[in-house]
Amino acid sequence: MRTAGIKPALALLFRNRLAGLGAIVLSLVVAICLMAPLLPVPDPDVTDPANRLLRPLAKGHLLGTDHLGRDLLARLIWGTLLSLAVGISASIIAAVVGSGIGITAGYFGGRTDNFIMRGVDMLMAFPYILLALAIVAVLGPGLLNALYAVAVVNIPFFARNIRGATVSIAHREFVDAARLSGMGDWRIVWHEILPNVLPVIAIAMSTTVGWMILETAGLSFLGLGSQPPQADLGSMLGEGRKLLISAPHASIVPGAMIFVIVMSINLLGDGVRDALDPRLRSGALSRPAPVTRIERTKIANLAPSDHLLSVNGLATHFEVGERVYKAVGGVDLAINPGECLGIIGESGSGKSVTALSLLGLVASPPGVIKAGSVHLNGEDLLAADYETLRVVRGGKVAYIFQDPLATLHPLYTIGVQLAEAIRCHRPLSAQEAHNEAIDLLSRVQIPNAAARSRNYPHEMSGGMRQRVGIAMALANDPELIIADEPTTALDVTVQAQILALLDGLRHERNLALIFITHDFGVVAQMCDQVAVMYAGRIVETGTTTEILSDPAHPYTARLMQCVPELGGGRRTLMSIPGLPPALDDLPTGCAFAERCDRARNDCSEAPLDLAAITKSRSVRCLYPGEAA
Amino acid sequence: MQAYVLRRLLAVVPVLLGLTVIVFLIMTLIPGDPATAILGSYATPENVDRLNKQLGLDKPLVQQYFIWLGNLLQGDFGRSYSLNRPVLDEVMERFSATLILAGTSLLLCTLWGVLIGIWTAARQYGWVDKILTLVVLVGLSVPSFWLGLLLILAFAVQLRWLPASGMFAVYGGGDLADLLKHLVLPAVTLSVVATGVIARLTRSAMLEVLRQDFIRTARAKGVSELKVLYGHAFKAALVTIIPVIGVQAGFVLGGAVYIETVFQWPGVGRMLVQAISQRDILLVQGGVIVVAASYVLFNLLADLAQSWLDPRIKT
Ligand code: SF4
Repeated sequence: MRTAGIKPALALLFRNRLAGLGAIVLSLVVAICLMAPLLPVPDPDVTDPANRLLRPLAKGHLLGTDHLGRDLLARLIWGTLLSLAVGISASIIAAVVGSGIGITAGYFGGRTDNFIMRGVDMLMAFPYILLALAIVAVLGPGLLNALYAVAVVNIPFFARNIRGATVSIAHREFVDAARLSGMGDWRIVWHEILPNVLPVIAIAMSTTVGWMILETAGLSFLGLGSQPPQADLGSMLGEGRKLLISAPHASIVPGAMIFVIVMSINLLGDGVRDALDPRLRSGALSRPAPVTRIERTKIANLAPSDHLLSVNGLATHFEVGERVYKAVGGVDLAINPGECLGIIGESGSGKSVTALSLLGLVASPPGVIKAGSVHLNGEDLLAADYETLRVVRGGKVAYIFQDPLATLHPLYTIGVQLAEAIRCHRPLSAQEAHNEAIDLLSRVQIPNAAARSRNYPHEMSGGMRQRVGIAMALANDPELIIADEPTTALDVTVQAQILALLDGLRHERNLALIFITHDFGVVAQMCDQVAVMYAGRIVETGTTTEILSDPAHPYTARLMQCVPELGGGRRTLMSIPGLPPALDDLPTGCAFAERCDRARNDCSEAPLDLAAITKSRSVRCLYPGEAA
Repeated sequence: MQAYVLRRLLAVVPVLLGLTVIVFLIMTLIPGDPATAILGSYATPENVDRLNKQLGLDKPLVQQYFIWLGNLLQGDFGRSYSLNRPVLDEVMERFSATLILAGTSLLLCTLWGVLIGIWTAARQYGWVDKILTLVVLVGLSVPSFWLGLLLILAFAVQLRWLPASGMFAVYGGGDLADLLKHLVLPAVTLSVVATGVIARLTRSAMLEVLRQDFIRTARAKGVSELKVLYGHAFKAALVTIIPVIGVQAGFVLGGAVYIETVFQWPGVGRMLVQAISQRDILLVQGGVIVVAASYVLFNLLADLAQSWLDPRIKT
């Protein structure tokens, strides 16, 4: 596993051009410093009062001389070597001691952990440099003392990070296994824990090494680090500063050197972090755009339909690096006012992505809509500009999401969130919107609506929160509501209440409702039409009664068997044996073939169409059940 | 809420105590004789003996600590031998100058850091993001004492717009305009590093929040993108940003040591450097305690601000 991770990490490191630049500059500086004794530069400590304060490019002194006539280039090279050595040693000391402390605390846990981390917290209660100053004050000025001080100050940072990493693996299976096999604690730490926290240590070092070089240079600058005649970059800068106006180069040059070193270390460090952080590698930290990216290659050219909403050939892919996951692979849907359409399938079947694609709400990157059209009242929403789409969102078409604890903003009261939904679409005063919000809350049967409107989402029960979600969807009297598993997180009684509420609202307002679920019980209770999805495509569609009484697709039949008892079943599906196909590697023929007990050879040969078997139903299967 | 505030206030007490323990330990672990260190190497043996008694150094360590702590609590931080005046008087006078400098810088870096962070997050991977990310990295890598010198060269020596130094006392002397004139360069220099840290954190916090489900909800409601960014995402991101601003207060207070030296600002940082060179241990000790304590209190404020913002914390 670990070796598999290193190659892509290195590749990523070098793909990052800035990190590469940092690496090159840094190695150049280090190489020059290491060759210092061989280079044709004067002795850095030889004074020459006759040639003091020469400007750069003077003869024999490329960078000029300082106030004692010493060659600045030579001093710069030796000073850089010293600064690097001191900074890196400090960072190694801090890493070793800090990691030791962190692993001990994290591995042994309990009271040891408590005691150690209290101490670490105390040290962290000091402003960074102040603690270093206090230590230097006690030890007395000097380069070695400055080194110790800077190292000590950084120990808590390492201890804390490494402890966190250790805690997260201290009770994994492989560690427990090692313990059971009678391995001693220290051997476990050495063989199992340490290799696994090494990346964290590397990240922490890459973050702090630059800092430590800066800090030791800083202490020298203040006159508390290296003492004359020995000079690191900091003390060169400190000496040069006294001649700032008459000989600015004497302080500009060493400072620039510190900057170049620290900058290249930081660039490299960022590259290392990017390469080692799995979240960055997967692109999971990307910011979703306000609208899903649309790159349609195929747009079904259709005669305008008179449906409220009609979806044709919709395809949505997730593009992650080189891979393309075909989450939705060509879906057709249509719905009219007052109708309820159920979309059913296992998780990962593409039903939610289909629903989110309609208003461009699929997170993008990585989502891309590749084909199809979404017509609302005859207008193609996928061709609409952002403002048109924004007005439709929450206006004509509203969503109800699955888990309202995650989907409501945690820091605003529900009253404020409802009022905002209203004011996005209608020019009401804050007071009017607030009153209307309270109305909405009582319409979804929330008792004490006025008082409840001042609650935060975390202060409500799951059922109440979902009512808020419904109220929010109703805020602007939409024509279509898309409910994405609205009852999945709720227990059975509350589920029944919420379903009854939605059903009532639908009939009362002639709403069109798209209901996404994986529970046939819910479909039976709510929907007129059903579309069954598998691996990003509809495999069967028809009226609810027909499909329930006589499923044609083997997958539909399996799904139905998973519901113990209509309407009352647990919402988690009893699983169907086998796994759905990988969405980045779909088979040519029937996607269900692997798990189908009716499968024959020709099932996997060619792509299948969704073929009509009666006037009102279609199925994507070569050997449908005896439905006709 | 009140219970929470009280709990936080009480939690500060052990931290402050721990802080005094650490300072006490560092100071008593001085190799050699503290009295000699305090009095300097020319002190007569009688004087050293007297001071040892006076400091209670002949008693056991724990007892010494409590005597010392008792004195601190009564405002007795001892006498600075190099300045020949009570440590507390000197420290408080210097500290007010540091507060003005550090406070201004903290304000500047919060403002800039947050703005840059939001801006870069909103345009992730765009050219604005790339350039600002690089600028932030420059800010993180530049030695502040060197940057200060460069700014002096540019704005004080070449352009002659602003004074390079000459702030002798915060009170008395010049008026407010004069103070501001002296404040610009050091405050800007001091804020550069912390700006970088806050900008980076804001960017990643914003990106983290923007992937949350409630942002999708806001978009699904039809909230405009500007409001999604500032009203929804930023408010949620603030919960993670505020504690970091608290931590940055420490960097700013610490960084003041360099900046005060470069610009000869009459603050606690420069006092500490001078006191260390003169081995005026009591003065160092007083300065460290006051600055560290103010840092602890500042973090307490950040904590309280965070709980005020996030209703989930209070319970
Ligand atoms: S096409 Fe073949 S494999 Fe696919 S569901 Fe029908 S019978 Fe099964």
